[in-house]
Amino acid sequence: MFASFMTTAWVTATIVAVIAGVVGYFVVLRGSAFPAHAIPKGAFAGAAGASLLGVSTLAGLAVFSLLGALGIGALGRRGRNDVATALTLVMMLALGAAFLSRTSQYEPEIYSLLFGEILGVATSQILPVAAMGIACLAAVAVIYRPLLLSSVVPEVAEARGIRSRRIEITFLIIVALATAMTVPVVGALLMFSLMIGPPAAARSLTSRPALAMVLSVLIALATVWTAIAASYLYNWPVGFFVGALGALSYGVGRAWAAWRHARTRPATAPHPRPAAGSA
Amino acid sequence: MHQILAAVFGPGFFASAQVRAAAAIGAVVAVVSAVTGVFTVMRGQSFGGHALGDVSAAGGAGALLAGLSPVTGFVGLGIAGAAVMDLIGVQRLRGRDLATGVVLGAAIGLSALLLFLGTTSGSATGATQQIMFGSIFTVPAGTIWAVTILGAIAIAAITAVYRPLLLATVSPDLAAARGVRVRLTGLLFMLALAVSVGLSSLAIGAILSTALLIGPAAAALRLTRTVARAVVLACVIGVAATWLGILLAYDSYYWGSGQRGLPVSFCVVAVIFAAYLASGLPGARPARRGLAARPATAAGRGISPMTVAGKER
Repeated sequence: MFASFMTTAWVTATIVAVIAGVVGYFVVLRGSAFPAHAIPKGAFAGAAGASLLGVSTLAGLAVFSLLGALGIGALGRRGRNDVATALTLVMMLALGAAFLSRTSQYEPEIYSLLFGEILGVATSQILPVAAMGIACLAAVAVIYRPLLLSSVVPEVAEARGIRSRRIEITFLIIVALATAMTVPVVGALLMFSLMIGPPAAARSLTSRPALAMVLSVLIALATVWTAIAASYLYNWPVGFFVGALGALSYGVGRAWAAWRHARTRPATAPHPRPAAGSA
Repeated sequence: MHQILAAVFGPGFFASAQVRAAAAIGAVVAVVSAVTGVFTVMRGQSFGGHALGDVSAAGGAGALLAGLSPVTGFVGLGIAGAAVMDLIGVQRLRGRDLATGVVLGAAIGLSALLLFLGTTSGSATGATQQIMFGSIFTVPAGTIWAVTILGAIAIAAITAVYRPLLLATVSPDLAAARGVRVRLTGLLFMLALAVSVGLSSLAIGAILSTALLIGPAAAALRLTRTVARAVVLACVIGVAATWLGILLAYDSYYWGSGQRGLPVSFCVVAVIFAAYLASGLPGARPARRGLAARPATAAGRGISPMTVAGKER
């Protein structure tokens, strides 16, 4: 499990988990789960386009995830972008289907781009992933305050002169960046699971932003590491374990929050649910 | 005249049994999707509508593996997913977003496993692509009856709770005060949505399923101010886009020299996307903005909860 060919997998997975934990925290806070699903999934079409044109997969992913972020930002109206997200997503996927119909060599790659091939990451991929990861974290650090404020109390942020639309687009671009670097590693669909489950669990454990972000990263790390180990041992896809553990951590977080709620306010909830107590 | 027709419709367009089957099933799915879609857009549940497509696709992969009929897998897991979303999702918008995301994440993990097991057992080559993208041209003949009957059930369920559902959509508080069971109505709608989306992703693939659910409804809601008219308009836009897309895909075989057509899902989505963009043009909108697609505060923007409530009696 710790043989030299596995080192690359462990390192990239660790980078991916840190990014997913941090960016995912804001995804959950802002209620942007749909864009966080749509951008990676739509970016997958960019990989098909890149394969058609013969350019690098990473370039195709980067271009399409940026297009997706800008499309959602441009079509969406203030504070509401679910219709815009859905239409941007289907348009990108439709382009992907058109690209796929023009090339035949691409088919085996579909599964790994959707669901990830973490055990097949090349050593040369570590550096670009790490560089884009640092760019991502730096961008979050730069807009941390206004991003947090506009996520939690958008009205106050507006009153303070923060342009929530500009913040929204910047945040979508950060998601796009995180996507482009992680899709070849964990797959378009699993990046989403990793950006939802651990941060959601962290949020139900604490309401302090900095602590929640740290917890979110830790849970994401635990999820990815366990998933790789389990995948290595049982020879099932990494994606299954990431998805299952993500949902499980959310469930445990919710149960713990319910249990704490019941304990601190015994008068209103005299019978704590047994499920909550055992968790 | 004849030459124009011959140029518009590629040789053998009307004679092709494949085209006729695709046009029929496409129209049925477009109508069912348009009716559920109008409420989906108004309730701000586009994410749920899309996610249920992926959830039901996981069911499709499972059915493939277990040797069950695809309809059972798609609709069965779709309904289960909708129920879980309702169970863990609170009524707030953000909680709903998260509940949808968690269920979707788990379903994606499940389909990763099922597709992996399916492809390694060797029984399903190309299953990933088929389930992800589907094709309206490869629908088995028997599916159209299952789609029609279950689609009719979904529409009937929505029609049965039309007034309370509308009120609960536009103003949940007022609906609750009027004695509408908001939670139950919402659950019923989610189940109808699950059936509709499960069927459409089975019949025409996940991409077209979301496109036909959201696109025509969103365009129609920007063009008209009454819900009933929006439903009719969405049906018209959906069916027209589907047929136009099929025609374009068919004709594209004769464009260029490659003899390789464009996929039908691309053509239909492109038409729907164009229709949505066109509906946002300044001249296309009614004087006041169309029906708001904002569930919580739709009241102030076109449709009045009082009129809905008044008609409810």
